[in-house]
This record gives sequence, structure tokens and C-alpha cells, in this order.
Amino acid sequence: MKKGYFGDFGGRFAPELLMPPLLELEEAMERIMAGEAFQRELTELLTHFVGRPTALYHCANLSREVGFGVWLKREDLAHTGAHKINNTVGQALLAKHMGKTKLVAETGAGQHGVATATAAALLGLECIVYMGAEDVVRQAHNVQRMELLGATVRPVESGSRTLKDAINAAMRHWIAEQAATHYCLGSAVGPHPFPLLVRELQAVIGREALAQFQERTGKLPDRVVACVGGGSNAIGMFHAFVPHEQVALIGVEAAGDGSPGCCHSATLSTGTPGVLHGTMTKLLQTIEGQILPSHSLAPGLDYPGVGPEHAHLQALGRAEYVCVTDDQALAGFMRLARAEGILPALESSHALAYVLGLSGTLPATVDVIVCLSGRGDKDLEIVRQALVKREG
Amino acid sequence: MSTSHLTDKINQAMAQGRKAVMPYLPAGYPTKDAFWKHIEDLDAAGADIIEVGVPFSDPVADGPVVEQAALCCLEQGVTLGWILEELTQRRSAIQAGIVLMGYMNPFLQYGIPKLALDAAQAGVNGLIIADLPLEESDEIRNVLQEQGIALIPLVGLNSSMERLRMHADKAAGFVYFVSVMGTTGVRDALPEELRNALIQARQSFSIPLALGFGLHSPAQLQGVETVVDGVVMGSALIRHLDATGKVGDFLVPWMIAR
Repeated sequence: MKKGYFGDFGGRFAPELLMPPLLELEEAMERIMAGEAFQRELTELLTHFVGRPTALYHCANLSREVGFGVWLKREDLAHTGAHKINNTVGQALLAKHMGKTKLVAETGAGQHGVATATAAALLGLECIVYMGAEDVVRQAHNVQRMELLGATVRPVESGSRTLKDAINAAMRHWIAEQAATHYCLGSAVGPHPFPLLVRELQAVIGREALAQFQERTGKLPDRVVACVGGGSNAIGMFHAFVPHEQVALIGVEAAGDGSPGCCHSATLSTGTPGVLHGTMTKLLQTIEGQILPSHSLAPGLDYPGVGPEHAHLQALGRAEYVCVTDDQALAGFMRLARAEGILPALESSHALAYVLGLSGTLPATVDVIVCLSGRGDKDLEIVRQALVKREG
Repeated sequence: MSTSHLTDKINQAMAQGRKAVMPYLPAGYPTKDAFWKHIEDLDAAGADIIEVGVPFSDPVADGPVVEQAALCCLEQGVTLGWILEELTQRRSAIQAGIVLMGYMNPFLQYGIPKLALDAAQAGVNGLIIADLPLEESDEIRNVLQEQGIALIPLVGLNSSMERLRMHADKAAGFVYFVSVMGTTGVRDALPEELRNALIQARQSFSIPLALGFGLHSPAQLQGVETVVDGVVMGSALIRHLDATGKVGDFLVPWMIAR
């Protein structure tokens, strides 16, 4: 396979001015991150700061309701409330070893921004976070958290004022400030080596889930399910299971309000191959190659591209990608809250909704693990408004 | 036309004792009709090479002025197909060399082999693709070269000697040197280290060297004027057009001795 590619997807389609920092990062991954000392330091932080391993929880109540085994990999229990912290602690540590003093990041739901601000505070790095102006409003609570952690939040007013525009702004910042700055990219997207780097840092999710499930049951799960926006929690969850072909891998994308022609975020289900943000992947785009606006109730899924490794897994037939609407995700949110006492992030609610939709169709012997990528506290206002709208 | 057409254009300007002048305007700006009138005016005012921007929804290498202009063009329905069709009709009346400058995805969706054929038919002499670094460029360069179209390399202040040498092996037409570490858009002053970086680039390439990004006044070239063969102006031209409704007069101060 060509370096930096996953089959036909991936690569490095970045302005020439970004090639030196991308090559520097690739070299640091190979030299510093692969070293024993770095890995020891990272493990120490993941254990005592992030709170790993996160629990693998068997949902007894939900399992009874749906007729098969439902398990949750509880990334919502990681520090800051989402899987994003695995990636940012790793990248911030790498940046520090590279001699960088600043982190720049983009954020959609705000979870990656919070996680980057947290890692920056921990490791003594300056932090600037770009966030679409629309998301600044949708996720005001997380903006406050970032600012309390010492980060500067810069609203992005251009384009659709969401995650993709925040990525454009962060890349522009990195072009100009590359000497002292590391771009702490929040998903398994972007030019090589980011999709690989983020996958490596998130693969801890799947490694733990595999070991925990085997220890509890003595077997492999039948299905592993995760939500996919950029796809970092999903690729982290899937990676350890990819070689185990008897385990079905299912990524769940956001279909917005589900109406035909509606802008949504189901890139793998409805997109076509193209280049965005430095990588060849599947995109929501016009036939002329202009990027279409996306939409999801879950800000973290509101992205018109997807990590190139997912596009590859789909092309191979190794993973299946399905869609869930805003309403279905909301129902999944409510059902987990009531059945198990857990408020899931709206992103994770998409994965849950898919699994709940299988109710009564699978034998009792089947076990499904869902990656609960984050907690739902950040989404309470969105949920409240959606419920008011539904009832009104 | 051969891949040396752009080199010839710059050499002709140099033979006249001046730098090549290379204005950039996004296709369809400010309106589809007015754009072609402005291209004619730029040509009549002595532009040596005109860079026609191919609008893209997510232009990461561009600053706010070019981005807004590009989005304005997209709102009017500008497509690569429209640009090439119009250019095919109008090319014979334009003396300047023509370069398309854009991002990978619209070119890719058009289809690279079809792009090469249609661009050649339309009299395009070169392509600049802002998000296509050397490592990903071989396939498209070869297809374009077969049709006599040059793929213009972008280099910058952080390009190492090693990368300059790698570019030099493949460069055609001219080399576009990005004057600042950042996106397109007017700057008050150019970086101090620019002169040495340009000298290093000058030594690496046998084809002409053009300077772009951040230029709004010939006075900015003080100290680098002997190292640069051509100048590219984009954001400053767009601002001038917005303010005056004209483009031709913008070129006058740039017709400067080398």
C-alpha cells in the first residue's frame, strides 16, 4: 500500500507550505512516539489523568428489552467526558517532545476543543481553538469550559460556520504559525500522518474493549457499533477487531432530518470520492466538486467528509455503514437515559439508535458492543429544544 | 502551445527590461459577464500571464478577500466547465498566457484526462493547484504535460534545499514563490528572510521565478527586485476592482524595471 494511503484513500493533499511540518510530524511519530519512554509516559497519563481503562458495561435492562446482549464501551467516563481526550493527551505529549509551545485545534461539538484545552493546560502549552460560529452558539457550555481551561476560542464566521470551516481556519493558522505550533487535529481525517496518528491514539478503545469482553465472556462480540462523523471513535474502536473477521463492524452516520435532498452528514452512505482537508476520502459534494453543507442534530457528526480509513474499510466490505436520523438518535438518547441511567452524547445516540432498531431481530446469544463515545451533558439544550419542537 | 509558452512570456517581459506582470482574478468575479471584460482589460493593459481562479468552497490557502470573491463566484453558478467553455470562445483575442489556479477537488471531479484535453483546447498554458504538493503530483503532471500544459510548482520560505531540488527536476513554466508564511492577502511588509530564500530558489531553478501572496505595491519589492522575474497580484487587485470597478489601471505601477 502506498505510504499514507488506505487502499485508494488518504494521501497528503496539502499546500506545499504545510509539507515541512507534516514531514516533521511523520518523523516524530516514527522516532518519538514509537519509543518506549514516550509510550510509558503516555500510558501513565492515560491511566492516572484520563482514567483508563474505561468500563465495559453490560446493559442488563436494555438487553432484556431488545432481546440480545447490549454492552457499552464507556468513553463517556474518560476525563472531560469523551474519547477525544485519548487523542489530545497523546498529541500534546508528542508536540511537547517536538519542542512545540502552542496547540491549535478545531472543534465541532466542543468536546475536542475541551480535550485539547485540557491537555494543553496539563502540559503547559498555549491553546487556540477555532469553532464554527454556529457551533459556538450550539455548544456555549463547552466554550466556557475551554476558556476556563485557559484556551482562546476563535469563532469562525466563514462558509457554513460549522466544523469544516473551523478545520479550514485551523489549517490556515498552522500554515502561518508552524514553527512553534502543533495542529492538534481532532478526528482521523486530514493529510497523512493525521489519520494514522489519531487512529493509533484512539486504538486504545478497541484494545481495551476486546480484552474486557473476552475476560468477561470468554468469546468475541458478534457486532461492534460506533457513530461516524470524522470517525475517530469508530476507527479507534474498530482497529483491534479488524483482524477478527467474525466480528461485524458497523459505523453509524447521521442522516439529519432524513428527508430526501436534505443536507445531512452521511458521507459514506451517500458521498462520492474526492479531496477535502488534505485527504482523498468520500465527501458530500456537487458533481463539480464543491463541498455541500452538512447537518446533524449532533454537532460532532456535522462534517461533509470522513476519515479515509473508513472509506477503505467500506470499499473492502470489512465494515458496514448505515444511517440514523435526528429523531431516531433523540429516541436513543431518551431510551438509554431511562433504561440505564446514562445520558449519552447525541453523537453516540446515533450508534445506540441503530442497535435499538435491531430489537427483536437477533437471537439472545448475540452480543453487541456500542462505543459510547461521550456523555450527553453538553447536549442538554439541543435535546430540550428538540423535545419542545416535537411536542409543540 | 508548448510547456515553455509561459517561460517565453516571462522572458519576453524581461527582454523589454521589466518584470512579468501576472494578475489573478477568480473566474466570474464580480459577475460572469463583467469578468471577461476585466480579463480583456488586463490583457490590453499588458498583463503577461493572467491567473484565472477556479472557485472552490473550501480554499484553505486563501485569505478572506479571495475566499469571499470565490464564494461570490460560486453563488453565481461558476463551474470549471463554464470557465473552459467561455475561454475556448475567447482565447484567440487574449494575448497573455493563461493559467488556471485552484484546488484539487474541482479538477479531480472534472476528470484529469478530460481536464487536460479541454484545457488545451481552451488555450490554457498552465495549472496551479494550491493543495497539490510534489509528492501527489506526478500523475496529473504527466497527463497535463502530454497536452502541453505546465503544472506550476509552489515553493516558499520553508522549502528546504532538498525540496527545491526535488521540485527543480519537475518544474515547468515558472516557479511560484509564496512570499509569506500564510494565506493569500495583502501584507504591509514582506518577511526579512525573503531575499535569502529567493536567492536560494533562484539558484535551484533554471526557469523564471514569480513572487506572489501579499503584494499590493511595487515598493514592497525593494531588496528582492533583482531576484524576481515576475509578480502575482490577487487580493490587492480584487480590492482595487471593488473600489473602482476597473482593473486595467491597477497594472500601471507594476510595469517596473527589473
